[in-house]
Amino acid sequence: MLSFNSSNIASKTRTIGRRMFLLNSIKAVVLLGIFGRLASLQINESSKYRSLADKNRFRETKFAPPRGIIEDYFGEEIASNTRIYQLHVTPENTPDINKLLVRLKSLIGLSDRRATQIRKKIKKQKKWETIIISENLTWSEFSRLNLFLHELEGAHPVVSVARIYKNNASAHAIGYVSEVSARDIRNKKYLKDINIAGIAIGKTGLESTLDEKMLGSPGFLRYEVNAYGKKIKQVSIDNGLKGETFRTTLDNEVQIFSAKLLENVSGAACVMDIYNGDIISMVSSPAFDPNSFIHGIKQKEWNNLLNNRDKPMINKAISGLYPPGSTIKTLTALSALENDVVSPKLLVECKGYIDLHGERFHCWKKKGHGVVGMRTALKKSCDVYFYEVARKLGIDRLAVTAEKFGLGKKVLQDYSEEKAGTVPNTKWKIKEIGKNWYIGETLHSGIGQGYFLTTPLQLNLMTAQIANGGYKIKPRILINKKDKVGNLQKYQNHKNSTPGNIMSTADQIFNFDLQPLFRNQENINLVKEAMFAATNEVGGTSYRSRHNDKRFMFAGKTGSSQIKRFTEAQREAEVKQENIAYLERDHAWFVAFAPVSNPKYAISVLVEHGGSGSKAAAPIAKKIIKKVLERDQNRSSYSNQLNENT
Amino acid sequence: MLYSRHSLHSPFSIKEKLYNLDFILLFSILLLGVISIFAQFSSSGGSFDYYSKSHALRFGVFFILFLSISFTSIRFWHISSYAVFFILLSLLILVKFYGIQSQGSRRWVNLFVINLQPSELMKIGIILFLSNYYHKISEQDVNKVKFLLFPLLAILAPFILVLSQPDLGTAILILLSGIVVTWLAGVRWKIFAYLSILALITAPIAISFLKPYQKSRILTFLNPDSDPLGAGYQIIQSKIAIGSGGLFGKGFLNGSQAYLNFLPEKHTDFIFTLYSEEFGFIGSISMVFLYFLITYRIIKIGNETRSIFGKLYCYGFANAFFIYVAVNMSMVLGLLPIVGAPLPILSYGGSSMLAIMFGLGIVMSCNVYRNAPVG
Repeated sequence: MLSFNSSNIASKTRTIGRRMFLLNSIKAVVLLGIFGRLASLQINESSKYRSLADKNRFRETKFAPPRGIIEDYFGEEIASNTRIYQLHVTPENTPDINKLLVRLKSLIGLSDRRATQIRKKIKKQKKWETIIISENLTWSEFSRLNLFLHELEGAHPVVSVARIYKNNASAHAIGYVSEVSARDIRNKKYLKDINIAGIAIGKTGLESTLDEKMLGSPGFLRYEVNAYGKKIKQVSIDNGLKGETFRTTLDNEVQIFSAKLLENVSGAACVMDIYNGDIISMVSSPAFDPNSFIHGIKQKEWNNLLNNRDKPMINKAISGLYPPGSTIKTLTALSALENDVVSPKLLVECKGYIDLHGERFHCWKKKGHGVVGMRTALKKSCDVYFYEVARKLGIDRLAVTAEKFGLGKKVLQDYSEEKAGTVPNTKWKIKEIGKNWYIGETLHSGIGQGYFLTTPLQLNLMTAQIANGGYKIKPRILINKKDKVGNLQKYQNHKNSTPGNIMSTADQIFNFDLQPLFRNQENINLVKEAMFAATNEVGGTSYRSRHNDKRFMFAGKTGSSQIKRFTEAQREAEVKQENIAYLERDHAWFVAFAPVSNPKYAISVLVEHGGSGSKAAAPIAKKIIKKVLERDQNRSSYSNQLNENT
Repeated sequence: MLYSRHSLHSPFSIKEKLYNLDFILLFSILLLGVISIFAQFSSSGGSFDYYSKSHALRFGVFFILFLSISFTSIRFWHISSYAVFFILLSLLILVKFYGIQSQGSRRWVNLFVINLQPSELMKIGIILFLSNYYHKISEQDVNKVKFLLFPLLAILAPFILVLSQPDLGTAILILLSGIVVTWLAGVRWKIFAYLSILALITAPIAISFLKPYQKSRILTFLNPDSDPLGAGYQIIQSKIAIGSGGLFGKGFLNGSQAYLNFLPEKHTDFIFTLYSEEFGFIGSISMVFLYFLITYRIIKIGNETRSIFGKLYCYGFANAFFIYVAVNMSMVLGLLPIVGAPLPILSYGGSSMLAIMFGLGIVMSCNVYRNAPVG
C-alpha cells in the first residue's frame, strides 16, 4: 500500500506545498493590510479618534456664576445676589413620581397645574435629567422639605444664588432681570455662548446695558457619561468668572427718599451734580417690584402693570416725553440775550393776552402782569413777555440754544429705552410734518408748549448747565475707574481752594479748557438771578416752596405743560386745574439748582397731571434738595477718601 | 515496522510524546489564553463576573481537552473524521428543527451540559472531512466530476444549513475553509472559476433570501457614516475605540469606549477593539504577531507531517485559523462588513473556543505523531 502511494504522495505533497505557498503569500499581504490599517488608525489618525472618544464620553453642563452687583456711589448694593432655596427632582431616583408630587402638594403647596406641567416635562426629557420643581422656596418650606426628606426619594433641596433688589426706588434706573426669551437669543449675540437653562438676564435699565459684563463667564461641570447618556462621574469643574461689579453715581438714600415722596403721584425726579454731571438720583413713579420678574412674573401681576394708567414700567425720567412748559423760558430768555435780540432792560406790558395776526395768546394770569422786565417776567413766569421775546427771537435761534443745552438728544448712553425728545424748528416741521412754520407756533414754543418734547433728565441737564455758569458737562450714571476728573470739576476745585483769586471768564475757559455754552456769561448770571428771585422773592412762582435756611436755599423755575387748551368759557370761569378730569390736567414741572450761594446740584421734578409746577412739583423738589444737601458733606468726604486711596 | 499499523494505541512513551509537543505553539496558545482572560476581565468592567469567570473556566477545561487530543493518535482522528463530520451535520439538522432560538436566529442545541453551537465546530469538521477525503484520492482523480460532487455536497450542505439559521459569518467561514482544502488538494483553477461564475449568477437569488439586517450590514459597510446611530454605529465606535488607543493605549481597564458601553459586543466580536483601545498600537501589533506565530507553527507542523491527511488538515486549519483572525480584525477595523465572526480564543463563546482548541489539538496530534503513517 505504501509503495503504491509513494510517488503519488510525493507529487501530491508537492502540489499541496506549492498551493500553500501561494496562500501564504496572500496571508502576508493580508497581514500587511491589517498592520497598515492599525498604523493608520492608531498612529496617523489617533488624535482625531481620541477627540471623538472624548466627545462620546464627556458632557458638560454650564451654570451661571453669580451675577455682577450694582452699587450706589457709597458702595451700597442696589442690585445684589441672594441665596435661594430650590427643589430639584431626578425622576430616575424616584420610585413613584406621582406619589412624590402628591406628597409635595401637602408639604410645599405644589399646585395641580404645576404638577401637570412637571409630569409633561418629565416625559420629554431623559429620566436621569433633573427637573426644577420649585424655583424659589421660602425658608420654612425648605426646612420642612429637609425634615421629610427621607420620604422624598429622588428629591434634592438645593441652595442657589439669584438676584435681589432691596427696594423698588431704583427699579427703573437699574432695571430688572428675568428668564431668557426666544427674542433675547435672537437679538443678543453674547447669549449664544452662554446658553444656560434657567439663567436670568437683564431686560431693562442698567441690568440690560451691562448684562454681558455682569453675567460673567459661565462655569461648567464636565462629567463622564456612558453610551446611554447616564452620568458616571464628575470629571472637572470650572467655577467660571463672577460678573463684573459696577458702581453708579446714584445715592441710594436719596433714591429711597425721592421714591417715597413720589409714591402717590405719577412722575419723575432727577438730581445731578452740576460740575461733573454725576446723576445723584433718578427716580420714576409709580415703581414696580423688580423682584417679581426674577422667577417669572405672574400673568395677573404683569397685566396689572401693563394696564396701569400711570405706566409703572416706563422710566419717566428718560423715556417720558413732555412739553417743558415755562421751564423753557430760561432758555428763551438766554437765547434772546445771547443773540442780542432783546436787551435785558426790555419792558413789555402784559394785559393778560396779546393778539397776533388775529389770534389771541393768553398769559396764565388772566389779569396780566402789567409792565414787566426780563427778571420779573422769569420770576413771575409771564407768558406775554416771552411771547414777545420769542416772536423777536424766532424758533430757529431758540432751537440752537435749546440743543446746546442738551435738549433734543439723549443725555446718557446707558439706556436703550432713553428717548431723545424734540426740539422743533422750521426745517424740522417741514421734514416731519410737511408744513410751514407759523409764527403762532413760535409763540407757543417760547413758553414751552407745542412741539417741544423733553424728558425730566434733559431739563435736569439744562438746569445744571445754567447753574454751573453755562458750561457743558457730560452726565454719567456709571462710575468708570478710568474716568478722569472733568475740566469743569478741576476749575471748581481750583476756585474752592483759592477763594480770593478772581479769574476772568476768558482765563477760566483758557486755563481749564472749559466748554462754554454762552457768548456772554452775564446773560447766564441774569437767568440764574431771575431764578433766584422766582423762589426767594415775594411774588415769585415758587416762593411758597422756598427754604429760609441759607444752607438749603435754592433757585428754581416752575412750569406746566398743557394737555388740553382751556376753552374761552373755562378761561372766563377761571376753572382750577383741580376741578378738571385727572387726565386733562397739566403736567407740573419744577427745575432748580442749590444752594444759591455756591450752586452744586440741579434738580428736575415732574408730576404728571399735577396741575401747576408751584403746587405739585416745587414742594417735592424742596424736600429732595434738602436731603441732597444734607448728604453733600458725606458725598464729598467719601469721594476724597476714594481719591486718596487710589 | 516497529508497531502494528492497525493499532490505535500509542507507539510512543509519554516522555516521547511530551518531547514531541511543539512548545512554541503550546505556549503561544497558553499566552493567548491568559491574555484572553485579562481581556474578558476588562470587558466585564474590571470584575470577575459571569463572563470572565466562565471564559477562564472554559479555557482551562478546553486546554486540558487540547492536550488530551494532542496525545491521542492522529490515526484515531483520521479514522473518526467522517464520523465527526456526520455527527456535526446531524447536529446542524437538529438545530434546524429543535435548536434554541435567540435574537432571531436558531444556532444552538441543548446538550444538557452545554448549549452547543454546532456551526462553530463545523468550521473544523469540514476541514477534517475533506482532508480525509482527499487523503485517499489520487491527484489524477481529484478533478474528475464524480470526485468533485462529493466534496461540493459536503461543503454546501453545512453552508446552506448554517446560512439558514441565519448565520452569514459562520456560513462564509465554513465555505472558505472547505474551498481552501479543496484547492490545496489540487482541484483546478478552472473548476473554481466555473463555480464562482455560477455563484455570481445565483447570488441575486441568494441575496433575496438574506434577512433585512444582513442586507443592511453589507450596505452599512459600504458607507458606515450614512447611518451613524443605526447599523454603522458599531463600525464607527469600533474605529473610534481603536484609533483613540493611540500608540501605547489607554492602559488596562481604562478603555473608555468599552467601559462606558459605547462599544457593542465587546465580549465577543469586538474583543480585539477593547484590547486595542487599552494596549494601543504596540499591543495590537504584538497580538497580530502572536496570531501570526500560531499560524506559522501550524503550517510548520503541516510541513513536517508526512501524511497527506495531516498536511491537508494542518494547512487547511492554518488557513482557516488565519481567515478567522483576518476576518475578525478586518471587521473591527472597518475593512470588512460586520458579519459576526469571533476572534479565536480571545472572544467569549464556548463553541467557538471548543472548535479552535479541538482543531489545535488535532494539529498538535499531527506533531506528536508526525512520523506515524495514518493508513
